[in-house]
Amino acid sequence: MSHSSMWDSISGIIQRDLLLAMRRWSDAAMSVFFLVIVVSLFPLGVGPEPAVLRTIAPGVLWVAALLTCLLSLSRVFTPDYLDGVLEQMVLVPQPLSLLVLGKVLAHWVISGLPVVLLSPLLGLQFGLDGEALGVLVLSLLLGTPTLSMIGAIGAALVLGVRGSGLLVALLVLPLYVPVLIFGAGAVTSSMAGIGGEANLSLLGACLVLSLFLAPWATAAALRVALE
Amino acid sequence: MIWSKYSAPQAFYPLAGRLIPWFAAVAIILMVVGLYMGFFVAPTDFQQGESYRIIFVHVPAAWMSMFLYVVMAIWAGVGMGLNARLSFMMAQAIAPTGAMFTFLALLTGAMWGKPTWGAWWVWDARLTSELILLFQYAGVMLLRTSIDDLRRADRSSAVFALVGVVNVPIIYYSVQWWNTLHQGASVSMATGSKMAATMLMAMLIMTIAFWMYSIAVILARVRCVMVERESLPTWDDKPAVIHEAVEAR
Repeated sequence: MSHSSMWDSISGIIQRDLLLAMRRWSDAAMSVFFLVIVVSLFPLGVGPEPAVLRTIAPGVLWVAALLTCLLSLSRVFTPDYLDGVLEQMVLVPQPLSLLVLGKVLAHWVISGLPVVLLSPLLGLQFGLDGEALGVLVLSLLLGTPTLSMIGAIGAALVLGVRGSGLLVALLVLPLYVPVLIFGAGAVTSSMAGIGGEANLSLLGACLVLSLFLAPWATAAALRVALE
Repeated sequence: MIWSKYSAPQAFYPLAGRLIPWFAAVAIILMVVGLYMGFFVAPTDFQQGESYRIIFVHVPAAWMSMFLYVVMAIWAGVGMGLNARLSFMMAQAIAPTGAMFTFLALLTGAMWGKPTWGAWWVWDARLTSELILLFQYAGVMLLRTSIDDLRRADRSSAVFALVGVVNVPIIYYSVQWWNTLHQGASVSMATGSKMAATMLMAMLIMTIAFWMYSIAVILARVRCVMVERESLPTWDDKPAVIHEAVEAR
């Protein structure tokens, strides 16, 4: 397959999924509001001391981003599974892993990108400033695509399985741990004055590894689910 | 002798039955020897006193927990590649034993941590990754039981086991990656052992004992899985009946 037709199939899937998401924009809005609500609950539970809030901010924001990604995972494949489109995707000559890559990128634009764009605002709520805020945005920009890539594997595995909502959390959250550690670690270390570069590099490594391996594993899981 | 014939459950069932007593006997003997050496022969540690002796259970259990995950993933991969039923059954049989060793490693680690660090639990990298390994075992087992279709259950949990195997090197290298409370590895390929020879010997004997125990238990469990899946007569019948039923197939 030529280079351009590969890109055509990926961008075709992305355009289709984004169009579908725009037609049902309330789904995407729900994830955004969920994120804002979860993050806002922590000061209410922990107390309003600025020093405490600044300490827990990286972890809270990152866990909230994790949960937001997790809750939107059922939208990646389930609608297409129910109306039979997914079966056609397995049958077309384009490699399934490429189509999966397109779907995951679209999922990131719908549920990951809003998190990245909102994060400076939420960071300000917790009293983050200057460099830490920048590192937070950068870490989420590098980390949320990885969350979508890994999450897609879980979403494909539990397709059509009973109790899939809880099961996907159980499968995916342990795999999210390195991303959480590096992501929150980048912000924490930049606040401590030692710079977040090392953790950001590791996040980048996670992203590259997941871009390379996850679509392949997701495609394998989809084939198993559709047999 | 053609080994590939044992990839058929019908042929493997009686073979496993014959092997179990041998592995079990070796496991018991080595466990007795290893525990005796660990508790009575090995010298007292000059820093940690007697409490260090838990490592004769803790370290082999932690090693086995990671090793069994890799073995499970290998069987899962073989099953996916060769489409062999027995491989999936082996992967299914390994998971509970691996989870048990993971839990044992966490439990003995906590028992060691209380007198040594003064806390049952610290958020150290190796402890955390061992906990995550337990979650992954749980994920593999729960994914399998949630799916009614056997073929899909086998393959889905195989994919998940293979994805999760990425985590095992992270556990191993976490000591180097994150600088934490957990003491550095005492046994390493590069520098050799820093322990007394008897301590090392007891630990290695216990590791082999746990290994043999795992094989015996896994073979016993894989026989149960076969009985369950191939609708053989139940365990209420005499074992001889099952042997006959298997050979009649």
